[in-house]
Amino acid sequence: MTDVATTVSRLAKEEGGRLVALLAHRFGDLDLADDSVQDALVEALGWSVIPDQPVAWLHTVARNRAVDRIRRTAARSRRETDAARQQAVLDGPVLNGSGEEEPRMIVEHSDVGDEHLRLVLLCCHPALDRDAQVALTLRLVGGLSTAEIAAAFLTSEATLAQRIVRAKRKIRDARIPLTIPAQLAERVDAVLRVLYLIFNEGYLSRGGADGPRGELVEDAIRLTIQLRELLPHDAEVGGLLALELYTRARADSRFEGGELVLLEEQDRTRWDLELIEQANGVLAEAMTRGQPGPFQLQAVIAQLHANARTAADTDWPAIASAYGVLEAMTGSPVVALNRAVAVGMADGPRAGLVLLDAVTGLERYHLYWAVRGELLLRAGDRDAALPALLQARELAENPAEQRHLDKRIARIRS
Amino acid sequence: MQYMILIHTEPYEAPAPGQPGFDDYMAPWLAYNKQLTESGAMVASGQLLAADTATTIRRSWGAGDTVIDGPFAESKEQLGGFYIVDVDDLDAALALATALPLPAGSFEVRPLVQHIQG
Repeated sequence: MTDVATTVSRLAKEEGGRLVALLAHRFGDLDLADDSVQDALVEALGWSVIPDQPVAWLHTVARNRAVDRIRRTAARSRRETDAARQQAVLDGPVLNGSGEEEPRMIVEHSDVGDEHLRLVLLCCHPALDRDAQVALTLRLVGGLSTAEIAAAFLTSEATLAQRIVRAKRKIRDARIPLTIPAQLAERVDAVLRVLYLIFNEGYLSRGGADGPRGELVEDAIRLTIQLRELLPHDAEVGGLLALELYTRARADSRFEGGELVLLEEQDRTRWDLELIEQANGVLAEAMTRGQPGPFQLQAVIAQLHANARTAADTDWPAIASAYGVLEAMTGSPVVALNRAVAVGMADGPRAGLVLLDAVTGLERYHLYWAVRGELLLRAGDRDAALPALLQARELAENPAEQRHLDKRIARIRS
Repeated sequence: MQYMILIHTEPYEAPAPGQPGFDDYMAPWLAYNKQLTESGAMVASGQLLAADTATTIRRSWGAGDTVIDGPFAESKEQLGGFYIVDVDDLDAALALATALPLPAGSFEVRPLVQHIQG
């Protein structure tokens, strides 16, 4: 990529959401706002010199393009109306009905928090399905191109484009509003879920190598940082950001030569201590607000892992008790499974197995069987452990996890 | 903007006028309707008789019409009534649908086509 192309791509990701939000608010038309910002970015690719105030440049050009589009539409509808009346109007100046002033350089961007937040909330509106929420958020708020999103989610560009068009059409036709809703907390939860899903999609696909999928990790972190600036008093936003940073700090030690490395065996000197420090600060700040929530609890658990310099230093009783609170809060069987693991470490494998026996609904989840197998193994029951691990192997879909289980099974059999 | 709220529920027994419990059953509905009327949102509403009173005409691409005894879709939840409301946006329509005084069911909210006056 040339310098200009790199700069424009960075501007799209860092500033695109704000610009779309401003124009959507100003013109009351999301599609128009998006198209006009795209126009401006395409024009920016022709920069011979990067302007002093590139964001102001983009804003000004995007707004001018929006006004052009409105004028063209007005002219077209006028022509159609006139044709219907058999009045041939061939040419002539077209007045802009809204009395838009002549475009000038727009420099003021500081006060866009509210518009930006409205756009984020709109993209994650519950009347849009989850896939549409993710695609719209990345496209309109995150400034990713349709091609980039398609590559990251392993779908075709056509499918992805269709999804975005359909979502935008529903926003327009069903009139989903660009407002700050009365039930803000509920709607923020939806945004957090979308951002976490984007993060995980990138994280779980990461194999040490950075591809378009791995890049989602950085996109999600960037969007969460932006959301935290918009909602500085929401503790769960801080919780999510801390969770993402802790996870990111350990991401590169999860794989070695394409092989999955379990947490206990990871080379902790490769963990990003600076990122962990940053996460500690974000989490501490969030927790002073006295609004506990599932993301803060998950961040606490990640923190207990991240701050243990060796696997043996891990404070398993604290982790087990955090999982206990999280389980009570969410009722999730996956959390119950993790709690059984932590209790198995804190109080011994038999105690873990007792909890595991009470977990239901995970019979098709490979990690349930892997955990059962490992706990039985540690309790000295190899005969019972083997079928559990074989079951886990049968259900595992990720090749790295399959290879890991094969090794465990081979070791028992030898 | 006008929205139709389509109320799908499983069939349930409601007390008839004059039966004990009728007033208690109706009270939340009257309050709901009053709220819609007073806020200016109410355009129209209607309650349907049970789905077994329905008759459906099925027409398929020139192959003639078939008259069917029963509703269009056989499912546990049946279309039982509707409101047409006039409110600012989808959030306002969803808030009204959420406020329906029913313990269970599916409340579909659909915008009506707007006819632009030329």
